[in-house]
Amino acid sequence: MLWLLIFFLAPFFIVLKISLSDMATSIPPYTPQLDTKLGLLSSIPAYFKALDFENFIWLIEDNLYWKSYLSSLKVATISTLFVLLIGYPMAYALARAPTRWRGVLVLLIILPFWTSFLIRIYSWIGILKTEGFLNYFLMWIGIIDTPLEILNTNIAVYIGIVYSYLPFMILPLYAALEKMDDSLIEAALDLGSTRVTAFWQVTFPLSMPGVIAGCFLVFIPAMGEFVIPDILGGSETLMIGKTLWSEFFNNRDWPVAAAVAVVLLLLLVIPIVLFQRQQEKEHEVVA
Amino acid sequence: MNSHRFSWFNATSLTLGFVFLYLPILLLIIFSFNSSKLVTVWGGFSTKWYVSLFQNESFMNAAFVTLKVGLVSATIATVLGTLAALVMTRAGKFRGRTLFSGMIYSPLVMPEVITGLSLLLLFVALGWDRGFWTITLAHITFSMCFVAVVVSSRLITFDRSLEEAAKDLGCTPINAFLQVTLPIILPSVVAAWLLAFTLSIDDLVIASFTSGPGATTLPMKIYSQVRLGLNPEINALSTLMIIAVSVGVIVASILAKRAEAKQGLD
Repeated sequence: MLWLLIFFLAPFFIVLKISLSDMATSIPPYTPQLDTKLGLLSSIPAYFKALDFENFIWLIEDNLYWKSYLSSLKVATISTLFVLLIGYPMAYALARAPTRWRGVLVLLIILPFWTSFLIRIYSWIGILKTEGFLNYFLMWIGIIDTPLEILNTNIAVYIGIVYSYLPFMILPLYAALEKMDDSLIEAALDLGSTRVTAFWQVTFPLSMPGVIAGCFLVFIPAMGEFVIPDILGGSETLMIGKTLWSEFFNNRDWPVAAAVAVVLLLLLVIPIVLFQRQQEKEHEVVA
Repeated sequence: MNSHRFSWFNATSLTLGFVFLYLPILLLIIFSFNSSKLVTVWGGFSTKWYVSLFQNESFMNAAFVTLKVGLVSATIATVLGTLAALVMTRAGKFRGRTLFSGMIYSPLVMPEVITGLSLLLLFVALGWDRGFWTITLAHITFSMCFVAVVVSSRLITFDRSLEEAAKDLGCTPINAFLQVTLPIILPSVVAAWLLAFTLSIDDLVIASFTSGPGATTLPMKIYSQVRLGLNPEINALSTLMIIAVSVGVIVASILAKRAEAKQGLD
């Protein structure tokens, strides 16, 4: 009976799923058709023109889009590294915290994730700006004499990304580290390795699934990040999400915005597929 | 792991991490009670920004729209996402399974600009007027995936024999689901609803793409203000939102703990 139910429901569902979710995942193929209906810039040719335009300038190597993709890549990579550097010790400490505290500590990690993203980014403006808290503090303790220019630079963007994506890194890392059997480290220590080598040869390799999942969770969305570079970054900050947004909202050039999105999606297809594979694998292990 | 291993290194890294996570939020809250208009200079305690916030009609309207979108989209997304989770965990191997699970996992990491733009293009292609319903539909689409992931992680550990017992005792499949399965997975369904709701009230990018004239959500409103720089009213508004969310999350997690403890006793 249940089988019937499922097989009656499943196809219904997939149709429903596709009607909803597929828009997100497979819209790029629609874009050419879309333009005809829009009557925007005489339809399909415009779309191809946009693509050609892309490819053409791509070759010249001196254009906004190409630079935006590259700098997004750079920003996403560097911030992922920093998130890992900060997140790993935290997750490690969390996994070793006394059991009765763990629940509360994990909740404390998750809590900022639930509060508005926009608000958390906004809170950094007051800290980073020239007459902000950070500069007051640094001048007060006498490290610097003149305020630092941090807001509206790439550094602010890095800080913003690291700050907002930290929970995404800590949680998978924590999940991986918590499962780990302590006796393995003891065995390594008994066999004569130092604490440091035991960490690098036992703990770290065993936490790799968490590291990988965390890096994907940070890297992929950071690539297309729009809010952080827009609010914290300055004119020098080129990120593809921001380029897309301004192309769309300011220039009203939909075909180009769509082309930018398609290319970004193509760039992200590989990490997304890898991420999904990994998720499936994890689930199968659990099941 | 043993608690006596909790070293100074661990304690320090956790403390610093939490300072990093919470200091900005704390500063924001403290300075929402600042009477000076200069946001970073303390001018004495005052609640005047809260008063002016509640008198600001456009903020109130936006808040209302946001709540409406959040409630409707979270509810529908929870129903659809739970069903999707059922299919994912129960149906075994079927054609298009990879595609199906791909569609569920990829929106979790998809940059919002892509999701937003593609949904918008779809709505335009369909010739729909953009406004409240398009935002709601867009929010259902992406939050449903989060619901599916949350619920399916609970369903994996669910004991199917309970359901089979119910059916042996004469329940129809639908009744068995409603009377046995649903009550057991309910905590995770509730958690998923909360997640969908917060995702929806937080979202700026997707809402901006899919909204039309007349439907402005609170994040869109905040964003347009934030671009102009610091604003004490935004501090006040943010404080209220942070408090509401924190209370919600803490209550939810206490409820979840209780439910867990109860299941442990059974």
